[in-house]
Amino acid sequence: MHGRPRKSATPVDENASALKAAKIRSLQTQFLQNHHNNIYTKEALELNAKLLETNPEYMTAWNYRKLAFEHNLISQSDAEKADSDHIKSIIDEELRVVENALRTNFKSYGAWHHRKWVVSKGNSSTERELKLLNMFQKQDTRNFHAWNYRRFIAGLKNISDEKELQYTTDMINDNFSNYSAWHNRSVLLSNLLEKKAEGYFPKETFLTEEYEFVRNAVFTDPDDQSGWFYHLWLLDQTVKVDMPVMVSSWPPCDSDINLPVASEVKFPVVLYFNEPVEGISSHTVIVQIEDDVFKDITWSPLSTNKFGCGQAWVTHLSIPHEKFNFSKIYEVKIKSEDSRGITSLSGVPCSRPWSFAFRVSVKDVQPDEGQSFGRIMLTDESFCTIDTNLNKTNLLKSYFELKTSDDDQITSSKWKLEMIDNEIAHYRELLTWADCKIGKLTLARLLMAYDSMTSSATPIAHVEEVLQLYSELMKLDTPHQQYYKDEYSLVLLKQVTSSMESLLKHCWQYKSTPSSITGSICLRLNSLSLSRIGSIERLLWVQSLDLSHNQLHSIEGLEALQLLSCLNLSHNKLASFTALDPLRFLKSLKVLNVSHNEIGSHTIDTRRYQCSSPMSHTIDYDPKFEEFANGDAKLVNFWEAYTVFGGLNLMQLDIVGNVAVDERFVSFLVKLLHGLKWLDGEELH
Amino acid sequence: MGELATEKHTKYILQIEKKKDDNIESVLTEHLRINGAYWGLTTLDILGNLKAVEQEAVVSWVLSCQHESGGFGGNVGHDPHLLYTLSAIQILTLFNKTHILNIPKLTSYISALQNEDGSFSGDQYGEIDTRFSYLAICSLALLKSLDKINVEKAVKYIISCKNLDGGFGCTPGAESHAGQIFCCVGALAITGSLHYVDKDLLGWWLCERQVKSGGLNGRPEKLPDVCYSWWVLSSLIMIDRVGWIDKEKLVKFILECQDFENGGISDRPDDAVDVFHTYFGVAGLSLLEYPGLKPIDPAYALPVDVVNRIFLE
Repeated sequence: MHGRPRKSATPVDENASALKAAKIRSLQTQFLQNHHNNIYTKEALELNAKLLETNPEYMTAWNYRKLAFEHNLISQSDAEKADSDHIKSIIDEELRVVENALRTNFKSYGAWHHRKWVVSKGNSSTERELKLLNMFQKQDTRNFHAWNYRRFIAGLKNISDEKELQYTTDMINDNFSNYSAWHNRSVLLSNLLEKKAEGYFPKETFLTEEYEFVRNAVFTDPDDQSGWFYHLWLLDQTVKVDMPVMVSSWPPCDSDINLPVASEVKFPVVLYFNEPVEGISSHTVIVQIEDDVFKDITWSPLSTNKFGCGQAWVTHLSIPHEKFNFSKIYEVKIKSEDSRGITSLSGVPCSRPWSFAFRVSVKDVQPDEGQSFGRIMLTDESFCTIDTNLNKTNLLKSYFELKTSDDDQITSSKWKLEMIDNEIAHYRELLTWADCKIGKLTLARLLMAYDSMTSSATPIAHVEEVLQLYSELMKLDTPHQQYYKDEYSLVLLKQVTSSMESLLKHCWQYKSTPSSITGSICLRLNSLSLSRIGSIERLLWVQSLDLSHNQLHSIEGLEALQLLSCLNLSHNKLASFTALDPLRFLKSLKVLNVSHNEIGSHTIDTRRYQCSSPMSHTIDYDPKFEEFANGDAKLVNFWEAYTVFGGLNLMQLDIVGNVAVDERFVSFLVKLLHGLKWLDGEELH
Repeated sequence: MGELATEKHTKYILQIEKKKDDNIESVLTEHLRINGAYWGLTTLDILGNLKAVEQEAVVSWVLSCQHESGGFGGNVGHDPHLLYTLSAIQILTLFNKTHILNIPKLTSYISALQNEDGSFSGDQYGEIDTRFSYLAICSLALLKSLDKINVEKAVKYIISCKNLDGGFGCTPGAESHAGQIFCCVGALAITGSLHYVDKDLLGWWLCERQVKSGGLNGRPEKLPDVCYSWWVLSSLIMIDRVGWIDKEKLVKFILECQDFENGGISDRPDDAVDVFHTYFGVAGLSLLEYPGLKPIDPAYALPVDVVNRIFLE
């Protein structure tokens, strides 16, 4: 019951209510009898109409009317069939019943659907439907049933998108606080844009007008949300690249990598796109080592889902054993063969071909296996500042070298830049007289959009200002503090990864002789108050990563860092084993610290549907788990730990300081992780 | 602000059944009694009091709502519909009794309602809505029979209902609404397809549903209502963005909507209570980790232990 006051009923009220209840009950009983006995007489239909007028939500009663309608059409005499007025009168009667029911409750799904059903039979007047709609849409401008019905009628009667767009303009001019109208406007404009209708292509003119239109709404009452989402949509329409683009890779373009030879030379190749894509396979991507084209390459998405899509894709290449030659440098080329076969999730093909090449050399080293494995420490004392002459830093450079854009892209973005620049000016002006959150938030978004479009020339020109805006928002709008904090973290990481110099500030060198596990450099993004990870495309080279002492509750994104072998996540807010799901993709991970998090402290797991699980049908239940559980009912709680850790080859793990970790769990872990040498600082024997 | 009146709410739910004949509310909601039963029973389970119910009587009543076709009606004698079929399956799942169903028959009733474009009709009369996609997908998943439908097409249809704000509507082009978003996000969660959701965009829209009082509304510029404590919260949890709202303020809002005298929870403070809002309030508190409540699963809308029993065996 919505919006009905709570009060104790007086005896008079109770009597009236009981009387009414008895009356409706009698209608319901009689109706069901008619329904079950297929009685469709005039009297029976009148009784049904009465019932629907009192209770339009009584679904079975609408079904009955449809059966009766069809029954009465079939059973009519030939004379009646020939009489179009007769059919019309049957239809009119149905429309009248619907209209009465809607007057009782204009949110009745059953009533609106019945009207659609009847109108679809033909013989109805567009005028009458629009008149009815205008009446209901005036009474309740936000009634989404009426708006849905309006779209239905517009489709059925071929009313043009332009005409309907004018209707939304009128509604908004009447009262801009009408989210439903803004919504319908976005739907209609999307249609017109897709059709490249006259006046809507190129987008430039229409976008300028729309920015102005929505600005009027937002500036009139900045606290009214109706225009907020529409403005964000316009911004997206302005800046978005309308197809998937390969933005980064491991190894990076034109780099030299040096690999140790154990029994074979195997290394991952990662493709990283600006958005999730599907269709990466040996048909769409060609891999060539020297002159040999590798035909049977398997690419896998680094993502948990049922349909094989991902923003990052990996394959593992190996240089055939018979070809080992220590003095040789192998040239590897990766290029799109049929880039149209690679599509975004909405089906837009990656229509621009791409390619990159890198060089691989091999070095002879003793395999680590068999040797004793000393504990790897990741504390401040383990590191010294970096020697910039280090070989590895050359590799980093590849991520920051300027890429020349196509000319047409530059010219096409000129009007975009001007448009965003103009919006920036307006929102700055708004903030001079209104200290409002939407002003600050929109300005921050506009500035980031501006920077992203000019990134090759002046990266992150506005980043300090944006960080400042988010800091202010955290204070101004405390209930949504965490949202701004997350945005802040993403911007901060953009800043950190924006140039070689800023990234090197966070790179540290291991004091001890670098091992094949740690590599020589550790990227330390610790103690930055990060609540979220981003800018992954700039971090694909990372082998050792320190994210300790932040506020991370998710590590989504790390799955793309295929070289990662050493990871410190201690002192964060990871709240469940499912939060560690991205680690399942990191086949090189050997050293992991997840100590002092919140695993096991929460009854509700917010990562439950972001990980692979039988509940989301992304993996099957593994019956082998029973062996581990060994009939112990409590161990069922360790299922998630089993799926995450079961696929890892960890040698060193720190997990102390989490509620879920007790003696029983530790013995479960030791059983599960065969290769584990160090657990919470203790050497295992 | 008082605490959760567990005993009062338990009593309230248990007495609804008893006074059904002379009460106007129960007459007007007769057509969805099976939904009411699901809301009441799930609430009792979250409160730890499911045992207070006569299980056998409930189960045999649920079965009496089943039709020859395999589908369930909202009450005895009412036509079958997916809306009621899911509630029936959920009730039997709560009691661990789905084995008494003729599963092939029931699943073919559901799968026959899938249309060529992947969408679902609610019943033979053809209304199409993404709510019905959720109902079908959740029902089949609980019966471990998702392979009976074309999941890929079902997912594609849901995606075609995505809007500028990242939310979802009933059909392509229809406005986003928190209840509808729950259905779409829930269906995508169950089918391992949440990668289609723009989590940041949708998360921002959802977190902006919290109004000054701490309550949540279902669309921009609407009044808060306890039922959105379920629709919005469960969606935020499934996409892992629940930290973006102020949980304490929401707990306070829900607790203020309790009827401390007679039990039950209403849409807003001092309004009349009903079993629908009682469920959404208690389930919302469970999602907010209110002490002493059983955790509820955000996608299947059943207690976590019940869902785990199905999928982790």
